[in-house]
Amino acid sequence: MKPRFALRSSMPWWRGPALIAAAAFVSFLLSAIVVRWAGGAPISAFHYMFISPLQTRFGITESILSATPLIFTGAAVAIAFRAGYWNIGAEGQLLAGTIGATWVGIHAEPLPSIVGVPLILLAGMLFGALWALVPALLRTRLGIDEVVTTLLLNPVALLIISGLLNGPWRNSETGFPDSDVIAKSTQLPIIWPGTRVHLGLALGVIIIVLCWWYVGKMAGGLKLRAVGMAPGAARIAGLPVERTLLVAALVSGGIAGLGGSSEVAGVAHQLTTGISSGFGYTGVIVATLAALSFIGSLCVALLFGLITVGSFSASRALEIPSTIGEFVQSVLLLTVIAALVIQKYRVVWTRGKK
Amino acid sequence: MNSQEGAGVVIHGTAPSIFLRNISKAFGETIALSDVSLDLRVGEVHALLGENGAGKTTLMKILYGLTQPDTGLIEAGGVALTINSPRDARAAGIGMVTQHFSLVKNMTVVENIALASANTFSLDLASVRKEINAASAKFGLEVSPDAVISSLPVALQQRVEILKALMSGCRYLILDEPTAVLGPQDIDSLLEVIKKLRSESGIGIVLISHKMAEIEQVADRVSVLRRGKVVSNSKVSGMSSQELIGLMMGNDEVAVAQRRPTQQLFGDPILALKGISVTTESGELNEVSFDVRSGEIVGVAGVSGNGQAELVRVLSGTLALDKGSVVIEGNTLGQTTPQSLMRAGVGMLGEDRHASAVHALQVMENLVLDCIDNFATKFQLKQKEILEHCESAITQFEIKTTPKQPLGTLSGGNMQKVLLARLFSRKPKVAIISQPTRGLDVMATRYVRSLIMQASTEGTAVLLVSEDLDEVLELADRVAVMYRGAIIGIVDGSTATRETLGQLMAGIKQ
Ligand SMILES: Nc1ncnc2c1ncn2[C@@H]1O[C@H](COP(=O)(O)OP(=O)(O)OP(=O)(O)O)[C@@H](O)[C@H]1O
Ligand SMILES: [Mg+2]
Repeated sequence: MKPRFALRSSMPWWRGPALIAAAAFVSFLLSAIVVRWAGGAPISAFHYMFISPLQTRFGITESILSATPLIFTGAAVAIAFRAGYWNIGAEGQLLAGTIGATWVGIHAEPLPSIVGVPLILLAGMLFGALWALVPALLRTRLGIDEVVTTLLLNPVALLIISGLLNGPWRNSETGFPDSDVIAKSTQLPIIWPGTRVHLGLALGVIIIVLCWWYVGKMAGGLKLRAVGMAPGAARIAGLPVERTLLVAALVSGGIAGLGGSSEVAGVAHQLTTGISSGFGYTGVIVATLAALSFIGSLCVALLFGLITVGSFSASRALEIPSTIGEFVQSVLLLTVIAALVIQKYRVVWTRGKK
Repeated sequence: MNSQEGAGVVIHGTAPSIFLRNISKAFGETIALSDVSLDLRVGEVHALLGENGAGKTTLMKILYGLTQPDTGLIEAGGVALTINSPRDARAAGIGMVTQHFSLVKNMTVVENIALASANTFSLDLASVRKEINAASAKFGLEVSPDAVISSLPVALQQRVEILKALMSGCRYLILDEPTAVLGPQDIDSLLEVIKKLRSESGIGIVLISHKMAEIEQVADRVSVLRRGKVVSNSKVSGMSSQELIGLMMGNDEVAVAQRRPTQQLFGDPILALKGISVTTESGELNEVSFDVRSGEIVGVAGVSGNGQAELVRVLSGTLALDKGSVVIEGNTLGQTTPQSLMRAGVGMLGEDRHASAVHALQVMENLVLDCIDNFATKFQLKQKEILEHCESAITQFEIKTTPKQPLGTLSGGNMQKVLLARLFSRKPKVAIISQPTRGLDVMATRYVRSLIMQASTEGTAVLLVSEDLDEVLELADRVAVMYRGAIIGIVDGSTATRETLGQLMAGIKQ
């Protein structure tokens, strides 16, 4: 008897969720090996990572805070991917957004909050969209693959930030390469008193709901899905394929850029080169794990926020590297994708030879 | 790669060699097959006949391991076969050419065939090339081994598929509607190949087709499927095509085909082509000019590859003009785009239905794809209206589906009906219709033709491009014959005959 894989034609409803759960379990086992290797006790590491943050208010709100940028980048990636536009540049677009936000923030001293806050958000969105514009035009006008161009623009955005911070935007008080603190009137209000959870979270959730509604329920969303699934057929049906791709790319960039504003105006209140710890790239993982669903992206982003905070406390308590969090996220991605593929097959046992 | 031992041995009508026993298969609510049994013999051409959606493809996919049955088994020589994948099927000597080819488009013939057989880590293209040449000669299937697939016409791609199956050493070859994608000349040569494979190499062939004439020409036995059940299995020689059609349709009434009376009073020209010229790598158009009047059906006939495809691409807005213009109701369109044509009232049914269908979207979503904005408020799709629109289309066009089924799961004929429903429910001023009845069963073919007639009676100007001469003769008020990218002649539909058209198609002017 030998096992082989055969395509499965149909399956009971519970198999999908069950497989995902199994994948999560496998990823814990794999992570446990690495935790052990780093000298920690796996069970308590996972306790610190997933349970203890949820036991304090501080842990919960910090997790939400870490999740906030991922909500934006997850939504940005999901909407582009749904249109069949493979935007790997959410990182660069988010960084461009932080530039726009900082530019408004450090020049907006005299404005009242009611103007300053919308302005800084708008600036981030605009810069993010602008950063997405060039690859989008190259793709829709000349057919140049957007995966490469959006990806390659990410480090460029970071270099520009570094140039600004070492030049015109160098901190006027300390002389360090980070910007001045942005005007009070452009800082996002705290929406959960006594914590650091700010307006960005609410915006992120609103963006998620808007995307979900647009893609699932509106005419434009149906066009976007059709273009994403079969551009040729969409063109024959008279849908403006190029325009749809362009709009999806710009909206995606705008959402990522808004995430940049949210980080600058909501948390850091200044620009630093470390403003993003790969939020754009993690956004790709978030959207993929969520199978490009928006509500799913929100959930995965929150989970990842929890893992980020939890891995810090695990690392502090057990003296293991905090990169363990990223490791867990990556392994989770691999096992879940494997589960999604395996779900299409079943194992059959063949008798005899071969 | 096994060579075909025992070639030349004629094993005609020996004992049944492969048994499909009591196969049942349901997709959710849809029962595709119920308790179907079938036997296949080497050295015999077994035709499989049935309406669109009867379950022919599903049955053959089960035999080839692409789908698993819910119940039932497959036996060879009294031993049960486990066929869980095409690889198992090939090991059991079964090959299949699916409706949708499975060739890697930007690889060469040799590479594709090597892919199918490569199980080892070494890749010896030279020896594969030699084997291809040997097999080509033996089976009478000429191909040039180093041609890139995408550069080959459909007929040759199909030949590569057949060769690929034969070279894996199959004793049984399943051909799913092989003639549906071919022009008349290519059909004839394919039928010759089938006969040769049967009598010279003793291969058992399953031929799925909707065309009675083909079945009478090459098949030894014919099984008729109706709604997932086998209703007849007999020698072809004993059956008339009327009987077969009757079996296929059951109690359904069979409409009688008849030429519609040519309308004497056509309206104004709606579509006018003025001196259109284009050049592409696959063909050209040379100063093509003609017009189509309101209420008129103009047929375009010609040997495939004489510019018909380019003409359709121009009129669907996907091919840029070098010279000339398209005029619709007196308005000259410059460079045509799909949107500008659609806005001008041109509707379109392309020859490749899969290229026009978004497989993953629901039937109801596909039905409104070209007029989504009419089914939406500013903030929301009108789901209820879309559903109602779809339900009425399903009833009116007799489509076997539910509104929420993904379009890709429909049988070929039903998918075509969905696209036709989409075209005609917009009430287009001009309808460009290419090969509308390819792959449709007899009933659906008649139905589609009557739809086209009805649309033209209601005033639509119809341009009908078809390689089926009977179709053109039945429907067209005028027939434009294309030869080497130009219109060589336009003849009156009521007086045209196969002979007059045939001469023009061969480039002979009267
Ligand atoms: N994957 C699937 N999911 C749901 N329904 C399916 C699927 N595949 C086939 N069906 C349904 O099963 C029935 C039989 O389909 P099948 O493709 O076998 O028909 P067919 O006889 O080959 O028709 P045609 O002549 O149009 O090709 C149809 O009603 C079809 O809609
Ligand atoms: Mg079929």
